[in-house]
Amino acid sequence: MTTVPIKVEVNGVEHSADIEPRLLLVHFLRETLRLTGTHIGCDTSHCGACTVVMDGRAIKSCTAFAVQANGRSITTVEGLEQDGKLHPLQDGFFQEHGLQCGYCTPGMLMTGLAFLQTNDNPTDDEIRHAISGNLCRCTGYVNIVKAYQYAAQKMREGGA
Amino acid sequence: MTPKTSPEIGGMGHRVKRREDPRFLRGQGNYVDDVSLPGMLYLDIVRSPYAHATINNIDTSKALAIPGVLAVITGKDLEKYNLHWMPTLMSDTQMVLPVDKVMYQAQEVAAVLATDRYIAADGVEAVEIDYDPLPVVVDPKKALLPDAPVLRTDKKDKKDNHIWHWEWGNREETDQLFREAEVTVKEDIYIPRIHVASIETCGCVAHFDKVRGKLTVWMTTQAPHAIRTVFALVAGHVGLSEEKIQIISPDIGGGFGGKVPVYPGYVIAVAASVLTGKPVKWIEDRMENLQADSFARDYHISAELAGNKDGKLTALRIKTIADHGYTDAAANPSKFPAGLFHVCTGSYDLKAAHVEVDGVYTNKPPGGIAYRCSFRVTEAVHTIERMADLMAHELKMDPAEFRIKNFITPEQFPYKSALGWEYDSGNYAGALQLAMSKIGYTELRKEQAEKRARGELMGIGISSFTEIVGAGPSKHFDILGLKMFDSAEIRVHPTGKVLARFGTKSQGQGHETTYAQIVAEELGFPVDNVLVEEGDTDTAPYGLGTYASRSTPVAAAACAVACRKIKDKARKIAAYLLEAHEDDLEWETGKFFVKGSPDRAKTIQEISLAAYTNHPPGMEAGLEAVNYYDPPNLTYPFGSYICVVDIDKGTGEVKVRRFVAVDDCGNIINPMIVEGQIHGGLTMGLGPALYEEIQYDESGNMLQGSFMNYLLPTAVETPNWETANTCTPSPHHPLGAKGVGESATVGAPAAIVNAVVDALWHLGVRHIDIPITPAKVWKLLRDAGVKG
Repeated sequence: MTTVPIKVEVNGVEHSADIEPRLLLVHFLRETLRLTGTHIGCDTSHCGACTVVMDGRAIKSCTAFAVQANGRSITTVEGLEQDGKLHPLQDGFFQEHGLQCGYCTPGMLMTGLAFLQTNDNPTDDEIRHAISGNLCRCTGYVNIVKAYQYAAQKMREGGA
Repeated sequence: MTPKTSPEIGGMGHRVKRREDPRFLRGQGNYVDDVSLPGMLYLDIVRSPYAHATINNIDTSKALAIPGVLAVITGKDLEKYNLHWMPTLMSDTQMVLPVDKVMYQAQEVAAVLATDRYIAADGVEAVEIDYDPLPVVVDPKKALLPDAPVLRTDKKDKKDNHIWHWEWGNREETDQLFREAEVTVKEDIYIPRIHVASIETCGCVAHFDKVRGKLTVWMTTQAPHAIRTVFALVAGHVGLSEEKIQIISPDIGGGFGGKVPVYPGYVIAVAASVLTGKPVKWIEDRMENLQADSFARDYHISAELAGNKDGKLTALRIKTIADHGYTDAAANPSKFPAGLFHVCTGSYDLKAAHVEVDGVYTNKPPGGIAYRCSFRVTEAVHTIERMADLMAHELKMDPAEFRIKNFITPEQFPYKSALGWEYDSGNYAGALQLAMSKIGYTELRKEQAEKRARGELMGIGISSFTEIVGAGPSKHFDILGLKMFDSAEIRVHPTGKVLARFGTKSQGQGHETTYAQIVAEELGFPVDNVLVEEGDTDTAPYGLGTYASRSTPVAAAACAVACRKIKDKARKIAAYLLEAHEDDLEWETGKFFVKGSPDRAKTIQEISLAAYTNHPPGMEAGLEAVNYYDPPNLTYPFGSYICVVDIDKGTGEVKVRRFVAVDDCGNIINPMIVEGQIHGGLTMGLGPALYEEIQYDESGNMLQGSFMNYLLPTAVETPNWETANTCTPSPHHPLGAKGVGESATVGAPAAIVNAVVDALWHLGVRHIDIPITPAKVWKLLRDAGVKG
């Protein structure tokens, strides 16, 4: 099958690859770049386990082609920690017990990364709507909302 | 419970932050689809579009012509090795791949092996199969009619679709009590087919090393040791030998019961690896997961409850038809085809009860597994809590007052239930009264009366459930003959660090933290110095795995017992080091000291070093212990939940305004984790109560094949759960603990349904089957003449 060249910045690193046009972004990240923190849960963009941030917006990488990322900048869960310091969202999930099996967690974190950049002082209800495209089967969401609030506060205080 | 240890030690009762989290938060978990081996091939599965059909021909030529497609495996290929059928956990039989007939839509028909995930999918599209459709039986009641087509033609002499009849209790006494009853209520309750839908689907990587003859399988399993034995038994004749089978259950993205069974995909992947000598990966997509993996529930229940006019209950009678799909692939203990359904007398002191269940074959996917519950306990709790509420309303009694009147009282424990269980401990009224005070029950009833007067629809629902978890005493409980014990193996290293391994497998429950806390509690090692490992059958001691809330009741008990063996030896070493008699030593967290001389002490770390460097003459070196724990009884966690709903008269939508959950799981290892388990369990109670159902049309087409229409609760519908707990320790568990992972899933649906029916009772509504969709409520409202 024919391939096309793409250039994508992922977590601050430029990657060039020749890929099949049909290759999904999530498979490019997981299998070509071996960044397996981004997960697949439903293939239909309902569950959000595959959420990454592309040019500042949270997208579902299971329903985007890798070629659509050409020339763009992507952040995955592996790009959250900086200089050995957890991002306030990661710290919030740890402090507030916002994860159990951990499978939806990367998607929840990446949705949060984009969301808190648009709203750094959200209500609980705004958080619940922000994560309505991310399904969690373990936590019942209560502690995820708390984790977002923890992170929002830290970020307002200049923690990130 | 006030913790006995310091926060630095982090024993029981501390809110220790989870030790598994750092890897998950960094995207460094290792789930099965993250496993990648050199030369790995990909398997994808061709599935039947028909629910019942004869296979005339499978043409693989076009698929095999695709570059990168290496093989197409069919039932005829597996038949050569006698691997085309396999046993289910209930000793029924299930096709791995069919030779001549498919029995449900999405059944595995052939498997494509390719060098790449995408090419394998191309191969699946290119396999051409010629089918002749057969008559489809979807309704289990119709399946029992004399003229129904017999589905299991593979079974010699099978003349109908009836699988088994099971009954329990005293029929004569129950019938007599019903004849004498002053009041009875009767209701048909359907508890629909649902799916656990863990966010990670199922899959495996099978790697057969031809030179060494060793099979390693990374797979999404809640019970790796049992799987190893099953593989050895089923495939021994093709050369798999148990000492050369290694099952690795890596990080698991949610299990909830759905990762207990052996699915055909695993077996085909193993067969493909054995045949090719290459690693083979198989990962389901979501549609396959929903369509073909084991379902839960699907119980058609007819229940009757008898009592006196003063509100005292006397007897319960239940008949149930259990739809198992085309084979009984439930995951129950062998002796109990309906699981622990006979805990259905619940929290109430009844004189007698009788339960009958009939298993039936239909053209639907096989199963009957748990949905985050201990073997049909949700079905039991839902029935009794609905019936109790019905009786209370019928007698015009307050449902809380009615329950308190009928509860088993604290002084009756240990309590022998009408169906023979011995409940270990409980204080049911205590939990209900706490829930009532926390939610403001009296005020809510006043508010409800005011709203009703204004024509607004508000309901308050109670569920006071009793669970039965921790299978089990091995004299009654086994899976395929394997006794349901569990295990802990604890090694203390010379520098005072601990490796603890278990026969269970966490799927999010936080075992790496909670088991370490038990070691900290028992031996005084700081929790950070204890490494917990599970899930690798080459290293972990044999156990039956994690499901049915059994890890804390069984494996945590094994942990405590193993720690106590180590402590006994540590005492002897300390006595030697202190030149004292061991009877003169006292234990205080982390050290032994001589009675009356607290300065003469040896810390557990000093003792650990001495166990390898200066142990008493005649004693074996080392400091380690193993325990295979066979519990003397099950544990009986309980709780009372109160739910407040508001109903939109226009749309029929039910909104859960408040939900208070009071749980009692005995002594708590980690309150933070327990709260998390309750939150999650409640949400998995909300889902089936209001949203989740798997349905089929008359042709056997499944109607909910993706998350577009199989509706999991999102954060928007999920209320802000309010939790509290009472503490009634289990008298027989070494730590007084009971298990909690599933209580909320079991107890929540009845509270929600009871609230909705409570809101609509004055309109003549007596029962609504779950899920309570807006459409169902809308129709009831319109039928009752309520304007929107």
